[in-house]
Amino acid sequence: MSTDIEGLLRSLAPQALGAVLRGGADFGAAEDAVQEALLAAAQQWPDEGVPDNPRGWLIRVASRRLIDWQRREAARRGKEAASVGWVPSDALTAPAADAAVVAADDGLRLLFLCCHPSLPRTAQVALTLRAVGGLSTGEIARAFLVPEDTMTRRITRAKRKLVESGLTFGTPGSLSAVLEVLYLIFNEGYTVSAGTTLQRADLTGEAIRLTRLLHSQAPDEGEVAGLLALMLLTDARSPARLDRDDLVPLAEQDRSRWDRDRIAEGTALISAALAAHAIGPYQVQAAIAALHDEAARAEDTDWLQIAALYRVLNRIAPSPVVTLNRAVALGETDGPLAGLAVLDTLADPRLAGHHRVAAVRAHLLERAGDLVRAKKFYEKAAKATASAPERAYLLGRAARLS
Amino acid sequence: MKYLLSIYSNPANWETLSEEERDGLMAEYGKFSQEIAESGELVDGAPLGDPSAGNTVRVRDGRTDVVDGPFAESKEHLAGYYIVDCVSQERAVELAAKIPDARFNSIEVRAVLDMGGQEM
Repeated sequence: MSTDIEGLLRSLAPQALGAVLRGGADFGAAEDAVQEALLAAAQQWPDEGVPDNPRGWLIRVASRRLIDWQRREAARRGKEAASVGWVPSDALTAPAADAAVVAADDGLRLLFLCCHPSLPRTAQVALTLRAVGGLSTGEIARAFLVPEDTMTRRITRAKRKLVESGLTFGTPGSLSAVLEVLYLIFNEGYTVSAGTTLQRADLTGEAIRLTRLLHSQAPDEGEVAGLLALMLLTDARSPARLDRDDLVPLAEQDRSRWDRDRIAEGTALISAALAAHAIGPYQVQAAIAALHDEAARAEDTDWLQIAALYRVLNRIAPSPVVTLNRAVALGETDGPLAGLAVLDTLADPRLAGHHRVAAVRAHLLERAGDLVRAKKFYEKAAKATASAPERAYLLGRAARLS
Repeated sequence: MKYLLSIYSNPANWETLSEEERDGLMAEYGKFSQEIAESGELVDGAPLGDPSAGNTVRVRDGRTDVVDGPFAESKEHLAGYYIVDCVSQERAVELAAKIPDARFNSIEVRAVLDMGGQEM
């Protein structure tokens, strides 16, 4: 099959699923029907050509499948009449003149349904990648390094939960939950080291694609633009973040390897968003990422502005992680002792044993000249992290201080 | 996050159980495995063969030395394991507490290191 058709089907799949769901079919049946329609399209279109209205074609075929199943089921129960009215009329008729708007809306609503706050986070992620992203269960399982059977069960459970909790296609969702899920998918991909990337689906690419889609359909949401910019500006650094399998800290990365196009796109996006919308946490984080990306050398980093932005972030979305980053920024502008003073305000017990707190403390202590305690905290951080490359990096820092 | 739940067991305890009690325990294991499979948390898991039938392997100066049996004589041995993928260490501990052998001996909960990481 040509990649053109493959790409087209992938972009149409969530819209078709959304349209069928809009009619009130349950998630599992709707998905099966759309899968069959996609299969039929993949077989027919390369020979017969792409129909004039490919989306309408898919919806029509999927809806017919649903009717067939329903009739068979009804006949089995001897209640043929039950199928009447079950399939939505608008899924059977040609799309109206405003079809594009409806199509966009269906994709969005499907995304909101998959990210509904009543679902557990792992279910939201799996469903979004499956239903909206169009990844196969096997691909998602490989991306999260679990057996396919494990992922199948997660997805099945998520679908059942959707049905049980009475969530339907029109149920209002939460934009912030959608953004959280997309950012989680991005980070899951971003933290993967080079050695394992080959077997794993490109989660960062998928997260960026979905966020771009969301942004194109909700251009007036500043936080959507902010998240897209944040992803682009972070992903821009990925070519330089690993040296073989070792993590390279931001300050030591070869900045000539950063992706200039991504930086330009992300910077333009965040500049426009900050000018036009009420400020939000993703926008502030994107602005911080842009400041890092714009520095030609690590020592050119505008830490004063970054520290100011972390102050803003601390005001609108306070969290221990923000405090931690503020400590790093203040360590640069006002010296390591100022950074350590901020760290001392971190009383949150959830973070007490967290490796990043220990790592930042070790780094600041090292700069303050207290090498004995710095070494101790590098070692403590190494013990606490669950990431092999992070542990290698931290043990390396500790060894340098011996 | 993935965790390895290592099940330590003492064969002497097992031998004191009646057939019914043993069947009951095996049924409990089956139920537990089923539960964590359905929740989408089970990655892998299996009982291990008797330690006396195992080998301990050492390579010294390029020479491989293989002896029969376990590394060290002890009353407890590693009898089986689960690998689970769950949201937190608290959850892993909660799962470990449901493993039947937790009542007789102990379950060790260890994080499986991820190959990914954040630059610092």
